[in-house]
Amino acid sequence: MEQATEAPLKKTPLNARHRASGAKMVPFGGWDMPVEYAGAAGGVVQEHMAVRTRAGLFDVSHMGEIEIAGTDALAAVQRISSNDASKLQPGQAQYSGLLSPRGTFVDDLLVYKLAPSHFLLVVNAGNIAKDYAWIADAIKPAGDAVAVDASARYALLALQGPEAINVLQPLTGVDLAGMKYYWFAHGEVANVRATVSRTGYTGEDGFEIFVPPQSADRVWQAILEAGRAAGVIPCGLGARDTLRLEASMRLHGNDIDETTTVLEADLSWIVGWKKDDFIGAAALREQKANGVRRKIVGFEMLDRGIARHGYDAYIGAEKAGVVTSGTQTPYLKKAIGMAYLPVEQTAAGAEFDVDIRGRRSRARLVPMPFYKRQK
Amino acid sequence: MAYPAGFKYTKDHEWIELSGDKGKVGITDYAQQQLGDVVYVELPEIGAKLKQGQSFGTIESVKAVSELYAPVTGEVVEVNSALKDKPETVNADPHASWMIVVKLTNPGEAGALLDATQYQDLVK
Repeated sequence: MEQATEAPLKKTPLNARHRASGAKMVPFGGWDMPVEYAGAAGGVVQEHMAVRTRAGLFDVSHMGEIEIAGTDALAAVQRISSNDASKLQPGQAQYSGLLSPRGTFVDDLLVYKLAPSHFLLVVNAGNIAKDYAWIADAIKPAGDAVAVDASARYALLALQGPEAINVLQPLTGVDLAGMKYYWFAHGEVANVRATVSRTGYTGEDGFEIFVPPQSADRVWQAILEAGRAAGVIPCGLGARDTLRLEASMRLHGNDIDETTTVLEADLSWIVGWKKDDFIGAAALREQKANGVRRKIVGFEMLDRGIARHGYDAYIGAEKAGVVTSGTQTPYLKKAIGMAYLPVEQTAAGAEFDVDIRGRRSRARLVPMPFYKRQK
Repeated sequence: MAYPAGFKYTKDHEWIELSGDKGKVGITDYAQQQLGDVVYVELPEIGAKLKQGQSFGTIESVKAVSELYAPVTGEVVEVNSALKDKPETVNADPHASWMIVVKLTNPGEAGALLDATQYQDLVK
């Protein structure tokens, strides 16, 4: 979880809708967000299962949007983003890292290429101000490019699950079946101007829908109405977290942060090794040549108990690492998690112990992702 | 959900149903609502000595871990091991999902706990 703040919590355009529906609200990254919904169909477990078997609708308007535009926008993005944005066509997106010079994560993000000299970066809610300041400063040497914090101009909904395409298609003229994973298109949803992207943070097929904040409630209601027969329900941050963990997606602030490098987080696929210099490149190239000392692993508990964020990992009597995420997963029905361990201890099937509130419980390394959907 | 009139309650949201010098202990409907989906309950062994107000176990929902606090001082004489495999019954039927039976050291201790009306006011 992100740190508590003294400032009043920010609200998404759907805040009143969540409260009216009886959602349990929690502070997250400076925002007042629904963690789970009320009623017979609500709760983390049922919301999680809805996404795995039908579809669920998430309000992720707390996420930040930073736009970079100008003749040298591509050079600016290439400088601050670890992945190679020159590979993107307009209408295509990629997962990437916003890195420190040490190759560690200031944040992780999605980079959308809107036009040849116009990019949209979607960043984590708790990092918007930090990221914007970092980016605005870091792109200065790149030439003619400006960064704008456009977060207030977007509400963002995520419709995730196998039924997402069938529920959303009647509401939009955008050809969803023709849209490939990590591509997007502009159009309308429920007669509201929208950008629809085939992306998500759940390990399921699904879409993320950018709409103007003043129209967010109309689109939210229209999707729930259209999806009622298919069993679509609103889902909160609780299910978002268990879903992303089953899919082994890293959470910034838990699994990756300014102390963990891209290579330690086993995300070398988001590094554009062949592109020109970018922030963090030198450190990563050196670490790639010399090897990492520790690495993220996926594990499941052999003993009863749930290993959680911050619990210590032991090999024999030695403290060897730390758990960064862990939960009891509703779909796999196992206690799973991610941890950093010394690289020589990361062989498949290796075992270690987690200190669960003073008691050592056995865990075994398993391949990630824990869950992979059937295509 | 109504709070059974025959139970006593703690400010930490446990209930105890007394019968002679023994009492069944569980958590309240309010507590299970706050926790959300319960996925794990860790309970003491039979024979464990409890002290009023001290932790006797933990209960975990998908999102969080919470301590279970002993409503009274005494000794654990029964443990509901069915909750190990079906922890979700705590959500479905919190006032029937007893966790332990305690033999009270000082039966007078329970008198000072909240009654159903007082507890209902607390969680209003």
